[in-house]
Amino acid sequence: MNIEFLETLNLYMNLPFVQNAIIVAILISLCSSLLGVTLVLKRFSFIGDGLSHVAFGAMAIAMALNFVDKMFLLLPITIISAILLLKSGRKAKMSGDAQIALVSVGALALGYLIINRFSKSANISADVCTTLFGSTSILTLTKTEVNVCIILSVVVVIVYILFYNKIFAVTFDENFAKGIGLNTEFYNLLIAIVIAVIIVLAMNLVGSLLISALIIFPAISAMQICRSFKQVTICAIIYSLVTTILGLMGAIIFDTPVGSTIVVVEIVIFIIFYILGKIKGGIVA
Amino acid sequence: MNGFQISCKNLNLGYDNHVVAKNINFEVNAGDYLCIVGENGSGKSTLVKTLLSLNKPVSGEIIFGDVKRNEIGYLPQQTIIQKDFPASVREIIISGCQKPFKPFYTKNDYKRCEENIERLNITSFVKKSYRDLSGGQQQRVLLARALCATEKMLLLDEPVAGLDPIVTEEMYNIIEKLNREGITIIMISHDIKSALKYANKILHVGPNVFFGSKDEYLKLGHGNLVFSNK
Repeated sequence: MNIEFLETLNLYMNLPFVQNAIIVAILISLCSSLLGVTLVLKRFSFIGDGLSHVAFGAMAIAMALNFVDKMFLLLPITIISAILLLKSGRKAKMSGDAQIALVSVGALALGYLIINRFSKSANISADVCTTLFGSTSILTLTKTEVNVCIILSVVVVIVYILFYNKIFAVTFDENFAKGIGLNTEFYNLLIAIVIAVIIVLAMNLVGSLLISALIIFPAISAMQICRSFKQVTICAIIYSLVTTILGLMGAIIFDTPVGSTIVVVEIVIFIIFYILGKIKGGIVA
Repeated sequence: MNGFQISCKNLNLGYDNHVVAKNINFEVNAGDYLCIVGENGSGKSTLVKTLLSLNKPVSGEIIFGDVKRNEIGYLPQQTIIQKDFPASVREIIISGCQKPFKPFYTKNDYKRCEENIERLNITSFVKKSYRDLSGGQQQRVLLARALCATEKMLLLDEPVAGLDPIVTEEMYNIIEKLNREGITIIMISHDIKSALKYANKILHVGPNVFFGSKDEYLKLGHGNLVFSNK
């Protein structure tokens, strides 16, 4: 039985598109874990959720227009939406929550309508399923898309390292940060744009409905057992990498959808972390 | 160096042209201990935000003299987010050293962080996580962070809110010590008794704005007015 598993795994590992998928998956999981803490603590998680639905709508348009490298359309639309959501959320009379609910449900409905009406594909429900749950998209990336993924991931990591201290300050206490002369509006904007990029990246791995899990779970899980911001960040990265790799292997071995398998692994490990946190009271810094 | 640090002239405060407090005039000099008192909703917090340039005044002006806009160390009221924020004490204190366009901390920043840890007696719990600290300890950490940002002026927004009497007394003593070391203190307070005990100047925000020395305030009976209202 075990040998059979290993053989299947070995067989898949030697396929170039699987190797691509693994590289991209590792990069995506690394990026998506970075901003989770900020999102959770700044109560920004709903923006992530709203944006992922916008990305679905954008994907629908890209499919209807028969784009080959869909990311080139997805990226600008999602980034612009991120900026608009952030800007309007502060000024509008309507609460940010309600606005995002409107945008996200609207994008979802419109997206499905567009795919249903204009897609030239033979199997529409499979297309929708792939976009929502990422069932096979990670394996069907074009060479350009793989390269774009790699470049964007590297950019996200560099931006995060350069702004790590600022992000900490803005997350912990925005008023104080503003008081000592930091341009908090700029950092909020930067955070929103990076989230948009991460969402577009992560859509390839888990599909638009499950992206939030990829962003939120590492942070929440790490927060159960870690006591400092640095620890939480490092723990979230490791958690994200391990769960993604386990999920990917699991998906290959058991022939299950990649996105859902990763999320299930994340849930299981989250529960373990939660219990550990309750028992030990966390690792002392 | 005898010039003023902050001077406010005919300041009207509020949000979106809705005025909360009118005709605020005051001046703070180096080494002052100014207490801002007033009823709830009288505009104390709005004044703080305006001093920090988080809010624009509806009209009037704030002139920064011997202290720059970003040289005010701010001790905000705690938010719910902070109560269980996963951060170490050091991470929070050193975040006060941040400056625009400087991505990383310097050796000097670390040194300053350690100095303020000793200065405020944080050493005994410096290894803990912020969310495991008591309310008074958290306030001390935030005060140390403010001291990393400035050596000139501290702006304290209800620094003893929610603290028990013993810790409150400790907090007041720390603030007094810092004031004696030459740091200007501007403190928002509900606690008129302590305000009168420690401050040398009082700004009363409300329908009748008062600004002057503590003695003048007592002479005019404003202090009694507030007491009898409570």
